[in-house]
Amino acid sequence: MSGMRAGSDAIVIGGGLHGTCTAIHLALKGLRPLVIEKNTVGRHASSVNAGGVRQLRRHPAEIPLSVAAMDRWFKLGELLGTYAPMCEFVGNVGQIAVAETGDDMRPLQARVAELHRLGWTHEELIDRSELRRLAPALSEHCIGGLICRRDGFATPYLTMQAFRLRAVELGVRFQEQTRVVALEHGARWNVKTSNGTFESDVLVNCGGAWGWQAAEMVGEILPRGYFAPSMMVTTRMPHFLDPVVIGTGRKLSFKQTDTGTVVIGGGIMGIPHLDQDIADTVAERLRVSAQSCAILFPIMRRAIIVRTWAGLEARMPDEIPVIGPSQTAPNMWHAFGFSGHGFQLSPIVGSLLADLIVEGKSPLPIEAFRPGRFNEGPLRIDPTAA
Amino acid sequence: MSDERHELAIIGAGPAGMAAAITAAELGLDTVLLDEQGVPGGQIYRNIEALDRDGSIGSLGEDYRRGVDLARELRASRASYRPWSTVWQAAPDGRIGVTSAQGARMVRAQRILLATGAQERPVPVPGWTRRGVMTVGAAQTLLKASQLVPDVPVVLAGSGPLIYLVAIQLARAGCTIASILISTPGSRIAGALTELPRALLAGRALVKGIGWINEVRRLGIPTTSGVAHLRIEGAEQAEAVSYDADRKRQRVAAGLVLLHEGIIPNVQLSLAARCRHVWDESQVCWRPDTDQWGATSQERMAVVGDGAGIHGAQAAEPLGRLAALDAAFRLGRIDRAERDRRAAAERAELVRHDRIRPLLDRLFQPMPGMLLPDDPDTIVCRCEDVTLGALRDAVKLGGNDPNRAKLLTRCGMGPCQGRMCGPTVAAVIAHETGSSMQEVGTYRIRVPVRPVPLTALAELVGDDAGLPSAEATL
Amino acid sequence: MFRRLKPVTNDITIYLDDRPITVAAGDTVAAALLAAGVTDFRSSAVIGESREPHCMIGNCYECLVEIDDLPDRQACLVPVAAGMRVRRQVQGPRA
Repeated sequence: MSGMRAGSDAIVIGGGLHGTCTAIHLALKGLRPLVIEKNTVGRHASSVNAGGVRQLRRHPAEIPLSVAAMDRWFKLGELLGTYAPMCEFVGNVGQIAVAETGDDMRPLQARVAELHRLGWTHEELIDRSELRRLAPALSEHCIGGLICRRDGFATPYLTMQAFRLRAVELGVRFQEQTRVVALEHGARWNVKTSNGTFESDVLVNCGGAWGWQAAEMVGEILPRGYFAPSMMVTTRMPHFLDPVVIGTGRKLSFKQTDTGTVVIGGGIMGIPHLDQDIADTVAERLRVSAQSCAILFPIMRRAIIVRTWAGLEARMPDEIPVIGPSQTAPNMWHAFGFSGHGFQLSPIVGSLLADLIVEGKSPLPIEAFRPGRFNEGPLRIDPTAA
Repeated sequence: MSDERHELAIIGAGPAGMAAAITAAELGLDTVLLDEQGVPGGQIYRNIEALDRDGSIGSLGEDYRRGVDLARELRASRASYRPWSTVWQAAPDGRIGVTSAQGARMVRAQRILLATGAQERPVPVPGWTRRGVMTVGAAQTLLKASQLVPDVPVVLAGSGPLIYLVAIQLARAGCTIASILISTPGSRIAGALTELPRALLAGRALVKGIGWINEVRRLGIPTTSGVAHLRIEGAEQAEAVSYDADRKRQRVAAGLVLLHEGIIPNVQLSLAARCRHVWDESQVCWRPDTDQWGATSQERMAVVGDGAGIHGAQAAEPLGRLAALDAAFRLGRIDRAERDRRAAAERAELVRHDRIRPLLDRLFQPMPGMLLPDDPDTIVCRCEDVTLGALRDAVKLGGNDPNRAKLLTRCGMGPCQGRMCGPTVAAVIAHETGSSMQEVGTYRIRVPVRPVPLTALAELVGDDAGLPSAEATL
Repeated sequence: MFRRLKPVTNDITIYLDDRPITVAAGDTVAAALLAAGVTDFRSSAVIGESREPHCMIGNCYECLVEIDDLPDRQACLVPVAAGMRVRRQVQGPRA
């Protein structure tokens, strides 16, 4: 793929964090990006996820990206300028996978051994006394855990707004309430939408849970999996927790924000309605999440749940995203399918993609994310198995 | 353990809910009526059984006796009446989440009638968050439910019939009413008189309203019309109200200020269920889009009473009965002809009660200045202390619908989940962007619509049988 | 700020910030506190302004107090019960 000239038009499908970050970096390289978004910018996962800025427990293929992303989180001003503080990023508080029993501890020990073998040292086992020092509000029965000390969290909906404002500042145009209906390539891309046709040299698919639809429009079959992880939030509580805590034997992600509210996630399933762009929480399933909170944090017996919500996320069969050039269409790239853990990667993916598009190569290894991997043997997917 | 199941679930035991429950039970439907209060009556008939036993109804007004009859018929009916039951979810698939003294549980119904009535419209005047400022309805509730009345000078401010009614009720109880400040301009009365021929057919209601205005005059309560730019003064708590009237700035001392600018449908449950809503221009409010049976865009759900649009306590009853008839038809108890036959009398009654509505809507339509303060320091979101100025800044940053404005300011993220700020936020956005209210839209409302203790959720009784699989699709 | 129209005949004792107070058995916690002369139920979340109930029917969420170890309960929706322990949230919810 030869490099794109400055002044080329680029269309990014999907106004979430990855689409907006891609647009920012294309603009920085002199292209003229237009983001086409079927609802409003950041309407979906980008704004409503748990906000964890986490290297902890990443798939090994994601680790180089995650480490590079983390560097950018600590220097957000370089990417977002005056909008950086909006993200409310809190770093160096740690994300801890807590172990309640020996059965929990064993996979964490295996994980550290595996990472060391691969040359990574950012995750560290901690014992009971260190756990108590870092998170005194945890129940006494917890015996230790796995920590990445550099990790933290940010406010996802404000982070999304910061990215959008920075993009606008750089001249990125946003076309909201506009749904792509067809993609045709002649001399250039003709992107047919519910609000007219837009032309472009470059096409980027950051369609999130709907990413498979844009791929299908160019005859490319990519996995269609999606799910609706649900969240809940409490009223403001006095400060009791600095790090983010995630469950090992149980589905839980748990953090207390600067306002004092406690945000609880962990992958409890809601009911997705992909075609209506909405998802519902299921109280009967959130029950186990509430139980986990009360067991791990006794203070949560005083917590009051004020709202629940569910987001729409793509899920790839191997739980890592699709990043790379389209297999079927020229001058088209994909970056979607983050399977519920794309937030922390948001400062880096768009940057890699822009490098790939303009210079022809990514500075970080992205081979593991190639779109073609699903047609290479055991992971072959059957497009007729709808 | 499988969930409690009913054919029909009614939420709210005001006149609409009670009437619906009585009729549904008569028609043989397995009906449950869930209400968060301990006794039936909703707001209009609050504590009506005790007031009846006390002999206090006379001092409130004879109209209230109707509530006694309804409560008696409800208790005698075969509907399962569940007081002290707080509903926090009414899902389109018929799953209702409710908390009571026994904890949280799910109840399943084939059909749901929302009868949660109305709330008072928020009145964001500068200083409205101070202590010593309540709504007119709050004072009436304290009177009805607890026999408590203010023992400091009271100023009532805003518009709407309730102001006159409560002023009279408080004055009769011996309170000092320092002033009534009406935001409706005197010139509005003339315009309202174009509705008079139709409204005269409402007869009694109109006579009653004129009677209130005369009574206020007879009691010697100073009343000013056309007031604007209200401000509540006092650093720690309300001490006075200042306002523009008769082209000058005026001031009246007060120990308690009671605000009121009419009532608007309580739409939290209907929005959370994603029923289609429309902006009602004449009532200046959102209401669910309902058909003549109260049915909404959600297959299993209907809304009755003031929750579907402000029609008043008397119209609430036929609305409730019509929805009960339709429920009985949809659930196969009666056929279409039977439903329509029985509905005729209800429709006639509804028409009678609705005759005065256009006059009331026009006469008491709130003045824009009462809904949109001009002081940027006025708090718009009481839960999160967000000011008008901060909200306007957010709109300029791209917060041009309530959900985006919420993300930028935290407006609407507090415990009230937009009940007190929603209308104001939408009005500000509409004003700043030049959009219509219908275009601006509402907050996205999510369950629980009432807070649920985590421990209650942890012990929730209910299973997810019959729900779509938890696994990722495809 | 408020007085009773008739004397209370069925009174019970509850605890407000550990102090016993006498309240009418049929009252909501909000009405009981107002009757007892309490006007500062809580401090607002961000600016710490002193608040009391505004609407008395469960819409304004200003009457939030801690009742029997659970914070943020709407006092206007909870009936008093003998021995109930109420705490005002005057510096935000307690730990």
